[in-house]
Amino acid sequence: MNFSEVFKQTNQLCKVSPDGKYLATCVQYRLVVRDVSTLQILQLYTCLDQVSHMEWSSDSLFILCAMYNRGLVQVWSLEQPDWHCKIDEGSIGLVSSRWSPDGRHILNTTEFHLRVTVWSLCTKAVSYIKYPKACQKGIDFSRDGRYMALAERRDCKDYVCVFVCDDWHLLRHFETETQDLAGLEWSPNGCVLAVWDSCLEYMVLLYSLDGRLLSTYSAYEWSLGVKSVSWSPSSQFLAIGSYDEKVRILNHITWKKITQFEHPAIIDNTKTVYKEAEKRPGVGSDEMPLHNITMGATLFNTQSKYEICPLPVQIPVVKPDPDRASPKIGISVLAFSSDSRYLATKNGGFQVQSLNWHCSGDSLILLGKEQLCLCYMDTDQEDK
Amino acid sequence: MGEWWTTETSMENYEISSISHVTMSPSRRNNLVSMYSFPLSKSSYSVISAFCTEDNIPQCISYINQELASLGLSSTCIEAISPGGTGLSTVPALNAMYELLQIHRRSMCNLEELEREQLRKSSTLEHIQMSNTRLKDQLELSIREKSGLHETERQLQLKIKTLQSCLKTEKDEVQKLQSVIASRASQYSHDAKRKEREAVKLKERLSQLLIDRKDKKLAIDVLNCLGRADGKRRHWKTTKATSSHEDEMYKSLLSDYEASQRSLMLENAELKKVLQQMKKEMMHILSPRQPSTRGATADDSQEQADLDGEAKGGDASRESLDQYCEHAREQLTNSIRQQWRKLRNHVERLDSQASQAQNQLESNKEVIPRETHEDEMERMRCEVQQCREFIHAQQQLLQQQLNTSFDDETAALLNDCYTLEEKERLKEEWRLFEEQKRNFERERKNFTEAAIRLGREKKAFEEDRASWLKNQFLNMTPFTHRRRYSSSDGQSALSIRSEPEIRMSSVKSQLAKSSTYTTFSTPRPSQSAPVPSTTELYRTLRLIPDSSSSRHSNRGRWPECSNIEDGETLVRPKNRLRSGGMSIFSLGEDENSFT
Repeated sequence: MNFSEVFKQTNQLCKVSPDGKYLATCVQYRLVVRDVSTLQILQLYTCLDQVSHMEWSSDSLFILCAMYNRGLVQVWSLEQPDWHCKIDEGSIGLVSSRWSPDGRHILNTTEFHLRVTVWSLCTKAVSYIKYPKACQKGIDFSRDGRYMALAERRDCKDYVCVFVCDDWHLLRHFETETQDLAGLEWSPNGCVLAVWDSCLEYMVLLYSLDGRLLSTYSAYEWSLGVKSVSWSPSSQFLAIGSYDEKVRILNHITWKKITQFEHPAIIDNTKTVYKEAEKRPGVGSDEMPLHNITMGATLFNTQSKYEICPLPVQIPVVKPDPDRASPKIGISVLAFSSDSRYLATKNGGFQVQSLNWHCSGDSLILLGKEQLCLCYMDTDQEDK
Repeated sequence: MGEWWTTETSMENYEISSISHVTMSPSRRNNLVSMYSFPLSKSSYSVISAFCTEDNIPQCISYINQELASLGLSSTCIEAISPGGTGLSTVPALNAMYELLQIHRRSMCNLEELEREQLRKSSTLEHIQMSNTRLKDQLELSIREKSGLHETERQLQLKIKTLQSCLKTEKDEVQKLQSVIASRASQYSHDAKRKEREAVKLKERLSQLLIDRKDKKLAIDVLNCLGRADGKRRHWKTTKATSSHEDEMYKSLLSDYEASQRSLMLENAELKKVLQQMKKEMMHILSPRQPSTRGATADDSQEQADLDGEAKGGDASRESLDQYCEHAREQLTNSIRQQWRKLRNHVERLDSQASQAQNQLESNKEVIPRETHEDEMERMRCEVQQCREFIHAQQQLLQQQLNTSFDDETAALLNDCYTLEEKERLKEEWRLFEEQKRNFERERKNFTEAAIRLGREKKAFEEDRASWLKNQFLNMTPFTHRRRYSSSDGQSALSIRSEPEIRMSSVKSQLAKSSTYTTFSTPRPSQSAPVPSTTELYRTLRLIPDSSSSRHSNRGRWPECSNIEDGETLVRPKNRLRSGGMSIFSLGEDENSFT
């Protein structure tokens, strides 16, 4: 694997455009756009303040730069460098800013989540959405970009608003049976909305597109509940990772649990466990065992090697402090492969920032704090 | 002493009985004593008289002296007053009597004492015996009590254990709940703190705003408006638009449901097929091709299988056609359950028989049944496999047939139709092929005719040329009218030739159309040797565009040399043909364009 030279960036703001041709990075208050293949600088824009958030529009023509300190959003065009757009939220402040799926509207969440302002770049019109909820994942767009689900909290009750992204018309507004809604996510086929409660209560609710409650699922009571939720790309499965270190999979026909995966500290039942042993002393070894998956080792660094550990293997687990809130136990990251055959999970406090599958579905990239690992699946040996 | 008395009591029985009534001290139970004391007081005379008579006095005296000596009273002896006399000396006799009395008294005392002792001892013995029994009873009682206490102790121990385990579980649960409570409490406090911080920020901001009061208006500043991403114009918000949104939403939901229903139906059909297959296989396994050891059970199963077969015959059509009928589904599942039960019973029977065989027979005999059993199993497996394949094939065919839902006749008819269609098509193709073959023959014939004609024309042309040359040669003077005449001859020849050219054009068009024919056409050798072959002709035709430029130059070249005559002869007809050929080509192209 070859690496290019190091480019400066701030705030981890470094994104490739959706069409894969350009790379945008933010350095302090400048926005640098490079060509992906040659890494030459194509454009250079200057914002008014340090950029807190940067996002490409879906058609890769525009870039949004949000400056939360000043409550400003600036939009730059790739085709016309002298086109400019500045959105000033005024005294109401800005907490988050994002594109709509059509790439022509910007949704700004004001400070204290007082409201969500929808700015239209086509007509300069403004719409407001009141009482948005401040939670883990309060806004989600469906994959085809037609609908937006937004969590609302009014009079100490949770509601879900479904908007049509075409003209921001409120399609459905219904109350949910959660105590404290923590997040919502559309299924990839856009017909089912999964809504889950905060970690104080294990509750996952499934609503259909028109607001009917299809099913509820609650695995247990009283202990800390759902930590992360993920749909499979075929919309057939819903994986729920919880604080009890288990992943439960629901099927889309009956919405009942079909299987659950455990993450015990002593691994006994998987096929192979690969352990990276680094030759440098003093640095700990990373392990990432994945359930029911055979991994092909890849040597990307001559200094580290992967060796196969004989079962059973004990994972070095650090018991988190139970007195602290949001303890670092439980399943925090779930990722399905693109053909819905494999599920990669991260349990506990391991230093894994993200898990991403390749679109062909047979390789996985693990990003750690200082390390990067590519896993290739040997699909011939898989007999599941 | 007792023995002594018994010897004498026979003499004194009536006296003793008279004495027995005399009252004595109650402690004297001994009759011997009572009998002993009295005969001395009363009829002692009769007793003595029995012992001693007047004639045996010295014997008696000596006897008594002996007795006394034996008693230890040797000092006192009885003496007679005079030897042979009947009297006794009184002093020794009285002494003896006194001694005897003393002895008697002493012995009586002893006796009394002994009796007393005996009484005492017997009473203590009784007492001890009683206490012994009492103690034994007590001991038994206490042993029983002890065992009872052991028992209760054991039960209590058990209870303690269970209670301890309960306690442990309760403690664990309590701990768990406590930890849950603790985490929840920490979560709540965390949330509460966060909310409080946010509230504080709000308050600060509110106060700031109230104090500041210089509103920074929110605004958007865009250079120019953008078009929509999908190029459409913005719509007005009307009720039609809202209803269309609703429609779209419902449409997408419906399509998703339909897709899932379709996949579910497919799955369902697959599973039903599998079930049916399984049922057939099971029935086949249970069918009476088994060895006769099964006997009556086989018959039963056969009957059942027949019944099932009949039912199934009706079922199959119903099941596959009415696949969504509840009744058919129930029937299928019931029949499968039945078959499965039978199969299971059968297998159980086999197992029991096998185990029986193992138990009963000897080792060498054991092997044989098992072997035969295994052979049978193998055979059955093969049969099952074959039958399965057969059934699968049949099922496929059946499925095909039943999909169209026709009965046998029309199915046969359909099959016939299909073959008929095939035949028709084949005939058609043959016809076309024949036609094309004929066409080709015709073309070839034409071609050869044309070649022949060409040859003849060439010859004629040669003759013409020769004549022309001759004319030329003969008429050296420039008589232009003659030359014009000859050229008109040539032109007439040309015009004449245009006809076959036109005819050839059709040939060429066909050739152009079906150029493939020429590649494998066997070039028939032309009848006259100087006539070029068809391939050569074709080649020359091909060369026509090249020679078009050299049209004029050729005319001038004619008189030049003769060794290129052949080439010229080739060239000429080339030219001739070229003019037609150009038209031919254009015609051919037209033809091509039309085809």
